[in-house]
Amino acid sequence: MKLSSHLPPARNLIIAVPWFWLALFFLLPFLFVLKISLSEPVLAQPPYMDLIREIEDGFVTIVVNFSNYQMLLEDSLYLSALLGSLKIATLSTLFCLLIGYPMAYAIARSPAHWRLPLLMLIILPFWTSFLIRIYAWIGILKGNGLLNNLLMGLGLIDSPLEIMHTPIAVYIGVVYNYLPFVVLPLYATLIRLDLTLLEAAADLGCRPWKQFLLITLPLSMPGVLAGAMLVFIPVMGEFVIPDLLGGPNTLMLGKLMWTEFFSNKDWPLASSLAALLLLALIIPFVLLRHFERRAEEAAT
Amino acid sequence: MKKIFNGFKYLLSTLVLTSSTAQAAEQLHIYNWSDYIAADTIKQFEQKTGIDVVYDVYDANEVMEAKLLAGRSGYDLIFPTARPFAERHIKAGLYLPLDKQQLQGLDNLDPAIMSSLAEIDADNAHLIPYMWGSSGIGYNVKKVREILGDDMPLDSWRLLFDPEIVARLASCGVTLMDDPTEVLVAANIYRGAETDDFSKASIKAASEVVTGVRSHIRYFHSSQYINDLANGDICVAHGYSGDVLQARDRAAEAGNGVEIAYVVPAQGALMWTDVMAIPADAPNPTAAHAFINYLLQPEVIAPITDYVAYANANLAATEQVAADIRENAGIYPPAATRAKLKITPTPSERQIRDLNRSWTRVKTGH
Repeated sequence: MKLSSHLPPARNLIIAVPWFWLALFFLLPFLFVLKISLSEPVLAQPPYMDLIREIEDGFVTIVVNFSNYQMLLEDSLYLSALLGSLKIATLSTLFCLLIGYPMAYAIARSPAHWRLPLLMLIILPFWTSFLIRIYAWIGILKGNGLLNNLLMGLGLIDSPLEIMHTPIAVYIGVVYNYLPFVVLPLYATLIRLDLTLLEAAADLGCRPWKQFLLITLPLSMPGVLAGAMLVFIPVMGEFVIPDLLGGPNTLMLGKLMWTEFFSNKDWPLASSLAALLLLALIIPFVLLRHFERRAEEAAT
Repeated sequence: MKKIFNGFKYLLSTLVLTSSTAQAAEQLHIYNWSDYIAADTIKQFEQKTGIDVVYDVYDANEVMEAKLLAGRSGYDLIFPTARPFAERHIKAGLYLPLDKQQLQGLDNLDPAIMSSLAEIDADNAHLIPYMWGSSGIGYNVKKVREILGDDMPLDSWRLLFDPEIVARLASCGVTLMDDPTEVLVAANIYRGAETDDFSKASIKAASEVVTGVRSHIRYFHSSQYINDLANGDICVAHGYSGDVLQARDRAAEAGNGVEIAYVVPAQGALMWTDVMAIPADAPNPTAAHAFINYLLQPEVIAPITDYVAYANANLAATEQVAADIRENAGIYPPAATRAKLKITPTPSERQIRDLNRSWTRVKTGH
């Protein structure tokens, strides 16, 4: 079904704007990355061979090199890193939803004059630089940091807890940092929820807990999905938080890309990793959309 | 060499320096390690020459290198570590040959360092040495003596690589740098192998040494140990000379009773040299020459050494360096110690990949 045959030209123009935006800021940079991923590393400026090479007499050859992708498949390190990132991204998304949903729900159900101040409390910390907030966590979590001193001062523990440089510190940093990305879209869907539906359900004898499961939760699914995407996708490629808070044994794609790009100076391999990460993110997303559409079609 | 990735300091210095850059005719863009120059060096230079300095900092050679390799970095002067970084940049033709007519006082530079640099930079055409130092062992004197007793010699890599000893120190905290070349070469020195052997077998044997103590190592990090040594959170750290001495000074300032010492192990240790170089595409090479010339003056470089606690390569400046720095064996080692220092060897590109791959395996088990 072609959109253009159904829409007047003016609308086409409006739709063209986001398409143009996507092409300029997503497709074009991705094509650059793809190009580099198909080349070979070389000690030069820039440190990879051009795909298009002029041999002599104006003869132009295009050399495409798939060995980078082959290398990603041969060494189990890259798969382990993908799984490591997947695990951290999935668990962080779950934690964000578990903590963020009650927060968004409470704000949406609070008296109207309270909502703005409560939302401000969520947003306000983000007026401080991201890096400084992560550094603050180092001060809280480290061996003789705030948390350990507090717990030891209260006599709850004898020796400091080892939280810094462990996966727990990474989860804390990630969940803290991405929480607003879950709370805000959830709030937006929950605040639009038609409360008369709940009243009708109550009148028909539905208990509050069941009302939540049967009405509120399904109707807030768009917010849940949007929030989950906003956390999951960036955390898959996250580098700064695991680098500053995590230990050396936290294996993630972002860190591996850093090693390939900076330590090995292998831009082609780093680019193929980036391309692979994109595939790992896009395929589930496309499948999800596909099944959603089939479900919608089946429903009508 | 590798200074702390100190976010606050970085932000502050960037803010202060960019705000102080008013509209001036001539600009000089410098890219240096963080916390690697005296507080008033830049200001004095600006006042003297009228050149406006834009000063940016990095915390890892790799970050600087990536900008250089990408091209048009916009920097006029950079401070890479000679081996392997400046070495491969020269091979790739990324530096401008120096115009020595514009530089005075080159004769004052340490001939030993200059001849070592000439091995990677024929006729010293591109590089001027800035600071140099070694990587050895920093330790908490009281606690380590308490655990190991008075008879155990502490100038030994056994403190970091002998599983039996590291196990005893583990509860007190032992750390290694997060740097494959530094740690694996140190492990090779420990097991009596050649420092410049980067064959697969040698890398494997060195990795096994580190894997043998892996479970007793609190963390791998190239700057975190500064704070932790000073606070008494760890007992033994593999670290850079100046950084360990910085930890010692911080502990002394805090008056917390922690006494830190730096030692070059008797089996030998690596030394490195950071150099100044002008990128081939530098917008203002003349100003870069003027700045190098300025740093070549003994009275300018001596206070920088006082501040950063690393030795400079200018022999005429040594007597102007503060006595406690000049007489510190960790900064200006006596001839006998200096003879034990080995120049950081350069692995080939293929070997770098092997080193990094083994390093990931050592740290993560994958």
